[in-house]
Amino acid sequence: MQFRIVIKSEIGKKKRVLIFLGSIIAALIVSGLFLAFLNLNPFQVYIAMLQGSVGSVYRIEQTIIYAIPLIITSLGVAIAFKMKFWNIGAEGQILMGAFMASYFALNYSFLPRFILLLIMFFAGFIGGAVWGIIPAFFRAKWGTNETIITLMMNYVALKWVVYLQYGPWKDPNAFGFPKIANFAKNAVLPELFGVHIGWIIAVLLTIFVYFFLNRSKKGFEIAVLGESVNTARYAGINIFRTIIFAMVLSGGICGIVGFIEASGVEQTLTKDITGGVGYTAIIIAWLGALKPQWMVLASLLFAILIQGSSYIQSAFGISAYSAQLLEAIVLFFVLGSDFFTRYKLIIDWPSLLRRTKENGK
Amino acid sequence: MADRSIYVEMKDITKRFGSVIATDHMNFEVAKGEIHALLGENGAGKSTLMNMLSGIYIPDSGHIFIDGKEVRITSPRDALKAGVGMIHQHFKLVDVLTSLENILLGYKTGLFVRKKEQKIKLQQLMEKFQLDVDLDKYVYEMSVGEKQTLEILKTIYRGARILILDEPTAVLTPQETNKLFKIMRRMKEQSCSVIFISHKMNEVMEIADRITVLRKGKTIATLEKESTNPQELTELMVGRPVDLSIKRIPALSDNIVFQVRNLSAVNEEKVEVLKNISFDMYEGEILGVAGIAGSGQKELCEALAGLYPIKQGEIIFKGENLAGKSPKEFITRGISMSFIPEDRLGMGLVANMDIVDNILLKQYHHSKGIMVQRKPAAAKAEEIVKKLEIQTPGIKEPIKNLSGGNIQKVLLGRELDSHPELLITAYPVRGLDINTCLKIYDILNEEKKRGVAILYIAEDLDSLMGLCDRIMVISNGEITGIVDARKATKEQLGLMMLGNKEVHHAV
Repeated sequence: MQFRIVIKSEIGKKKRVLIFLGSIIAALIVSGLFLAFLNLNPFQVYIAMLQGSVGSVYRIEQTIIYAIPLIITSLGVAIAFKMKFWNIGAEGQILMGAFMASYFALNYSFLPRFILLLIMFFAGFIGGAVWGIIPAFFRAKWGTNETIITLMMNYVALKWVVYLQYGPWKDPNAFGFPKIANFAKNAVLPELFGVHIGWIIAVLLTIFVYFFLNRSKKGFEIAVLGESVNTARYAGINIFRTIIFAMVLSGGICGIVGFIEASGVEQTLTKDITGGVGYTAIIIAWLGALKPQWMVLASLLFAILIQGSSYIQSAFGISAYSAQLLEAIVLFFVLGSDFFTRYKLIIDWPSLLRRTKENGK
Repeated sequence: MADRSIYVEMKDITKRFGSVIATDHMNFEVAKGEIHALLGENGAGKSTLMNMLSGIYIPDSGHIFIDGKEVRITSPRDALKAGVGMIHQHFKLVDVLTSLENILLGYKTGLFVRKKEQKIKLQQLMEKFQLDVDLDKYVYEMSVGEKQTLEILKTIYRGARILILDEPTAVLTPQETNKLFKIMRRMKEQSCSVIFISHKMNEVMEIADRITVLRKGKTIATLEKESTNPQELTELMVGRPVDLSIKRIPALSDNIVFQVRNLSAVNEEKVEVLKNISFDMYEGEILGVAGIAGSGQKELCEALAGLYPIKQGEIIFKGENLAGKSPKEFITRGISMSFIPEDRLGMGLVANMDIVDNILLKQYHHSKGIMVQRKPAAAKAEEIVKKLEIQTPGIKEPIKNLSGGNIQKVLLGRELDSHPELLITAYPVRGLDINTCLKIYDILNEEKKRGVAILYIAEDLDSLMGLCDRIMVISNGEITGIVDARKATKEQLGLMMLGNKEVHHAV
């Protein structure tokens, strides 16, 4: 046997960080080769990526705006993941949250701004929560597979918004263009320091989820249930209620993202409002090991990567596909590095050399 | 055994895990055609030593000789090539495959499997070693004993002539144990060697030819069975004189605290698993429950803790009928249940969480507010670790890193700490060494003194007869009798376990 894979015992924080940094360097080297192949100087490109994402106040603001939905959505899915409930329905929960918030934005714009935004906030939460309860109920009651149900419900939500956009909610003043009317000024999130106040919501939710998961009774119950259903039962935890509660929170937080994006960014409801955040957040939740503080960091890095790669498209005339390839290379290495935190590769050099020699003959 | 030629020799074996020395320059040898028992407390290094012989771990230093030749074993495949096979406590079988498929799985015999040919070969092996395996039966349909026999066949088929059995009887019924011993003797006749890791002194004395005692990573002695006795072995194991007798303190009062009336329950397949169970428990009494594995012990435990749906009947605790109430209400009334399942972890504990959080599991209900309070739980954890002598690097250690015995102590320590009035405990000493067993009996006796009613479910008749005041025997979900533990005999209990109701003398 020339090499084999061995499970590592628990590794320390320091090593984990080193492996992570190592994966980034490896990714930069490989994408550097790719860039060199395109006749570009990799160093220039990397510097430009940083310039494009954090090079000026405006660009930093844009990057933060991109990071906000990633942070909040990953917080939302992390609660479900902690329970080993594979909620991949954040897309749908965001859409339903956006839909609910938009309903009030479009019909109650006469309300004072603060009241209206507050109502929209809770409407967004409820929209997402309802979309979270449905798969939770089926799972708790009949043990259905939540992965499939949450995934399917994404499409239901998407088609519902498309229907609204092309049908009953179509703006009559848009010259036949299938779009929903822009929100009135009252329904738009105000800005603070150049970024809509969704960032404050993100900060508060990060603190909330941190304490919820680490210190609260409910959070503890969710973690126990995720580790072992039998133990949860044994400890007197009401399993049905816990599953429902976790998904109300998980879906609800994702629903808030819908409200923020509709009100603060798009200022209307569109079928593209999620921009794939619901799926990206799953990756981020894993990268951050379901720990809120790490997920915030991962979201920011991710936003820098995306903003930077969209900047180099115009700066160097790189095609969108090539830019996405760079993103993919980074992700591949970072996610792949997880292998080395869990396993050790043992190469048996003597026998490998012997084998090579024999083949040489 | 005059011509005792050495088959396996392990010399000067050292293995470290981080800062812990698991085996410290250990020596060990096994002769051809002998059954060699390996005896030691939990954490003495038995499993580590054998894992090095079977290729799971690689020694840091030392030499292994098989048949006089030095071998380098770096994987289970290497070990099998050298003729060493190990049967682990947890079977490595695929449930949805048949015996034959499990045996052939991953074992390369060329491009095609040629099932028929292999089947004939297997049948010859089975005859030679008198193994009784249905090659076409699916693993999920098998009992624990059948699975074990299949593991043995699989290992022999793959070329093992030195068989290591890691606590093989821990999960077996007495009947299955006898069957296993027959197989072991047969292997010996075929001049194979068997290494038998066990905690059970009586089994070691029954089956082994020689016994090697380990303590704290060191080889203490290798003895002929004929020239030793359980007392000496225990002292070598523990390192100091030990009183092996189980103490029984007289029961306190005739105050009934717990009554079960006509309790029946059905499982998911609508089969009746508990049939009309009725019994009383007194304050400060240990009521033992004996029965063949799978006679309804687990269901009874769960039903009495509110975890198993009951069809009919009453569970009366201090005058209040608890039937149909939620598990939480059972807990708050002072009923505590600790069930040690075969894998030790499946119930009651969370493997990935540390000791503090596992203690917290039974405490957090009581604290006020919506937040959990880890500080008192941490203090409790320290206390329990100290009181029960739990070996752990710290209270923040995930319990999956602890050894089985220590995990059990965490569970038991936590359950006792909730100061229950009724303690239901099933298999609390499963797989523990003698010294720890005695420690746990002491703890139970202490609780008994406090007036706790204890329902003690066990497999080992010796401990039941030594520790309990009364023994309730169940067979097939039914009570076949309740007898006075002082007057009971093993034969009588054995007959009742098989469903015979006539033999008991009511108390």
